[in-house]
This record gives sequence, structure tokens and C-alpha cells, in this order.
Amino acid sequence: MSDSSHREPASSSSAARRLGAQTAAEISMTLRRGESLLLTIGIPVVLLVFFSSVHVLPAGRHPITFLAPGIIALAIMSTSLVNLSIATGFERGYGVLKRLGSTPLARPTLLAAKVAAVLVVELAQILVLVVTAYALGWRMSADAGAAVAVVLLGTAGFGGIGLLMAGTLRAELNLAASNGLWLLLLLVSGMLVPIDRLPHWLADVARVLPSAALASALHRSLGLGTAVGLDSWVVLTAWAAGAAAAAVAAFRWE
Amino acid sequence: MHCEGLVMRYGTTLAVDGLSFEAHRGQVLAILGPNGAGKTSTVEALEGYRKPESGTLRILGLDPQRHHAELRARIGVMLQRAGVYPVMSARQVLRLFASYYRDPEDPEDLLALLGLSEVARTPWKRLSGGEQQRLSLALALVGRPEVVFLDEPTAGVDPEGRIAIRSVLQGLRERSVAVVLTTHELAEAEKVADQVIIMAQGTARARGTVDELRRSFARALIQFRTAIQIDESALAAALGIPAGGVARTPGGDYEVLLPPSADLVSRLAAWLQEHGVELTSLSTGEGTLEDLYMEVLAGVGQSGSSAVAAAEPATK
Repeated sequence: MSDSSHREPASSSSAARRLGAQTAAEISMTLRRGESLLLTIGIPVVLLVFFSSVHVLPAGRHPITFLAPGIIALAIMSTSLVNLSIATGFERGYGVLKRLGSTPLARPTLLAAKVAAVLVVELAQILVLVVTAYALGWRMSADAGAAVAVVLLGTAGFGGIGLLMAGTLRAELNLAASNGLWLLLLLVSGMLVPIDRLPHWLADVARVLPSAALASALHRSLGLGTAVGLDSWVVLTAWAAGAAAAAVAAFRWE
Repeated sequence: MHCEGLVMRYGTTLAVDGLSFEAHRGQVLAILGPNGAGKTSTVEALEGYRKPESGTLRILGLDPQRHHAELRARIGVMLQRAGVYPVMSARQVLRLFASYYRDPEDPEDLLALLGLSEVARTPWKRLSGGEQQRLSLALALVGRPEVVFLDEPTAGVDPEGRIAIRSVLQGLRERSVAVVLTTHELAEAEKVADQVIIMAQGTARARGTVDELRRSFARALIQFRTAIQIDESALAAALGIPAGGVARTPGGDYEVLLPPSADLVSRLAAWLQEHGVELTSLSTGEGTLEDLYMEVLAGVGQSGSSAVAAAEPATK
């Protein structure tokens, strides 16, 4: 089914109204799922507090300086990859996406609502994590413009991966695969453990992952206040474009 | 609504094979048939979900594929699997769907109409099967559609729910909405439909109003049972009718497919006596709509609405 017609059918509500209502619904469903709150807020906060208090990670003398930007990157990944993927996968499995296909809610609007909901949740996560990190002694030296740009690029890349999985795998398989991917990326992406502590071959793999690029870019733009590396921009942009295109091409609505 | 020569194929499976029909405003068209008859494929082609292999479809003068964006604001759909967010309450999901349309029904009115006001705060996943079906129907109606598609609306619905659904259909009829529903329950089709199409294996086997179907099938017959098996074709020859005119039903009865008359009964009795066959029961009567449907289910129905070779005993 294509949305080739750009005319607004007379009996549809305005596109803005549909987008607003759908975004509100997406946010409310996210907040109501206990497991998604655990994943998006609970685990990042616990990891931040625990590892900045218990010095077991090779994160330097001031672990919070390393941990805060890395955990923010983790939180972005939790929402835009795992949370989006699992929720969308089950909506597809339950036939919700199919059912919406015969309402005036066009697919681009549904997608836009999902993206908007992801960004709202990410904003809330960043606020909570920044406040927590400040309480733990972190001081941000932010290049805000660069930080916002890399968060948006990272969200696009992770969202593309998440939707690609949600649109092709069975809901239960997707649940397992998304969580597994999350754990894997968490371990090898410089979010908790600096990449230079990884074996060389693993570090080489990690450097082309969007998670490592996002963590590195946030370390610089939020933690160190230095310019984001060109390699991070390239990796993030490539994943944003590639994953989004793959998701558009492969996504099955039923 | 207009459907002509619809062919639907999945891989090598032919799901719908040259189906044609029309549906009109203010009428309920029931597509009746067993599982796998092609009912859902037909409805999903009309809804724009499936691209037909061939055939012409028009809904409100529009092509379901090319004008999908425009049509979906004017149609209401109830799928076999409802496709509702499991964590949303009945009221929330109805309000959300209402927000998609410019001039929706009041969600509270619909909840009341379908007897869902009591469970308006209950999440979908905790509603009973019947409540889920009624909510799914409410979602199909919330946009004030001009055409409504209901795929198995009464499956799993309790008797009160059925009555509620019937009264909703009556309301749609009065508002000149065209309704197409599928069902595998003859009794339901008889109760709600203005027009019925009986489908099996992708084709229409019989069609018409319930009364027309009943009349076209209400063929007279003589039914009897004997102590021992008889030679049907020899009896048919003796009665002067074609070889298929006497049939043995799976239940072990015999049927003579002719209007009963004293002359015919006496010739039948004479033949039985002549062959030393003892008669254990004899009755005369008419076939019912159920017989017709049972024959289609048994896969022996012929195309069209004309008389069909008997295969099942008259059960009424």
C-alpha cells in the first residue's frame, strides 16, 4: 500500500492532530510498560550510581567523568534501538500495524509519532541522568550543538536497526535479539569499559559500531568539551543513512 | 461497491477464482463459507490490504489500491485479528481512533451502544473475547464510515453480543451504510443479511437474498430408509428419472429428488415390494437452506443457485 495521494481526504482529521494524538499514545504506552522504564531509566541510573561508587571499572580516577557520557549513550541506545524495536515488533505481531493500515493514520505519520515519542523519552532520560551525575560530582563541559547532533544521528541509526529487526523478525525472536544486541553493544562500545581496554581485534570492530561512535562523541562533546572526532561523525552518519534505508526497504507490516 | 472477476493467489494457491458481486448502500452483504473458502482474501482485497492478481474492484467509485489513502477515511474495518494495542483501555483506544477522523462518533456513545461502558477502563488484553469483538466493531464504526467490512464479527461472541451487533447492523442499514461481512455461520447470515453469497474454494456457489436462496433450494423430495441396501440407478430407471435422481445420503437414507405425489410413492413402494426390500421409514418434504449450505461444505455444490445434487440428509 502506498501513500501516493497527498490530498487530505475530507473525512480525515488534520495530519497535525493525528500526529499529536498518536505521539501522546506512544509516550503513554512507553510509560506504562514497566520493563521499558526499567530498561530506559532504571538500568542506566543504577549503572551510573553503582560504577561511580564502586571502583571496579578501568574508568580512571574520576569514573563519573568517563561514565556519565557513556551511560547517556547507553540510555539513547536503550530507547531508540531496544525499546522501539520490541514495542514495534509486538505491535506488528499483534496485528496492530495491520489494523492501523486501514485508518487515516498514514504510515509516515505513525513513524513520525514513534520518532517523536523516542525523542521525548530520550530528553527525559538525559535530564534524569545529568541530574544524577551532577549529584555524583560530574561537571559537564558541553558542546551542546554537537551533542544534540550526535544524539539525533545516533537515534536515527539505532532506530533504523531496531525497526529493521522489528519489521522482519517474529516478535518473540525480536525481543530476544534486541536485548542480546543491547548487552553486546553495551560491553564493547566504550560505554562502561574504555575501548582501548578491549583486545585489538574487538576494538577494531567496536570502532565501526554506532554505539561506540555515539559514546565517543558524547565523551568528547559532554565530558571533555573537545571537538567530536571525524571518525565518529562518519560512522554515525553512515549508520543513520544505511540502517534507516534498510528498514524502509525490508519492513513488513504484517 | 463493485467486484468483478476477482482473482487472488498466494504463491501457487488460488484463494479466489473469478468472483464477481455488487454491494449497495443500506444493505448487508454476507459472504458465507467454510474456512479457506476465500472470504478473508476477498474482503482484504476490498480493504486494500491485498493486491488482486486480476479483476476490477471499485468502492465508492475508487480503486482500493490506487486510492487507498482516500478510501481509508471512508471505510470502517474489523479484521479477524482485531489488532488493538493490548495495554490500552477500551476508552483510550476508541478515543485514539476517533482522533484519526474529522467528524468521529462520540466514543462514549459507541461504548454505550455496544455495552462496553462498564469495561471502558479495562485494558484490551483483559477484556473477554466477546468484549474484544464488540470493541473491534466500535473501532470500525468510530469514523462514521460509508462502507463497513466485518471479517467474522460474531466469532466468539455471546448471545447478547450477537443481539448488540445485529442492532448495530440495523442502524447502519438505516444510515445507508454498505456492510460486507464474512461468516461461517449460516444462522448468522440468515439473520443479518440482505444478500448472501455462499463461497467455497474461491468461487461463489450460490447467491441471492435469503428468501431467494431458500426458494431456489426448496426442492421437493421423498426420503426413505430401507432394511437393506438397494440399487439406486435401477430404482431411478424404474421410476423413469435420470440415474442421479435417486441418491443415498451419508446417513444411509435414500432421496428421490422429485416432488412427492401419490403416484410416485406407489411406484416406489411397488418397486421395493417387487425386490423384497423392507421399508423402515418414509417421509416427504422440502430441502432447507441448511441443506444447501451443507452441500457446499461437502464440496459437491455446483456453481450458480440452481438445484444441487443431493449429498446430505434433510436435517429438519
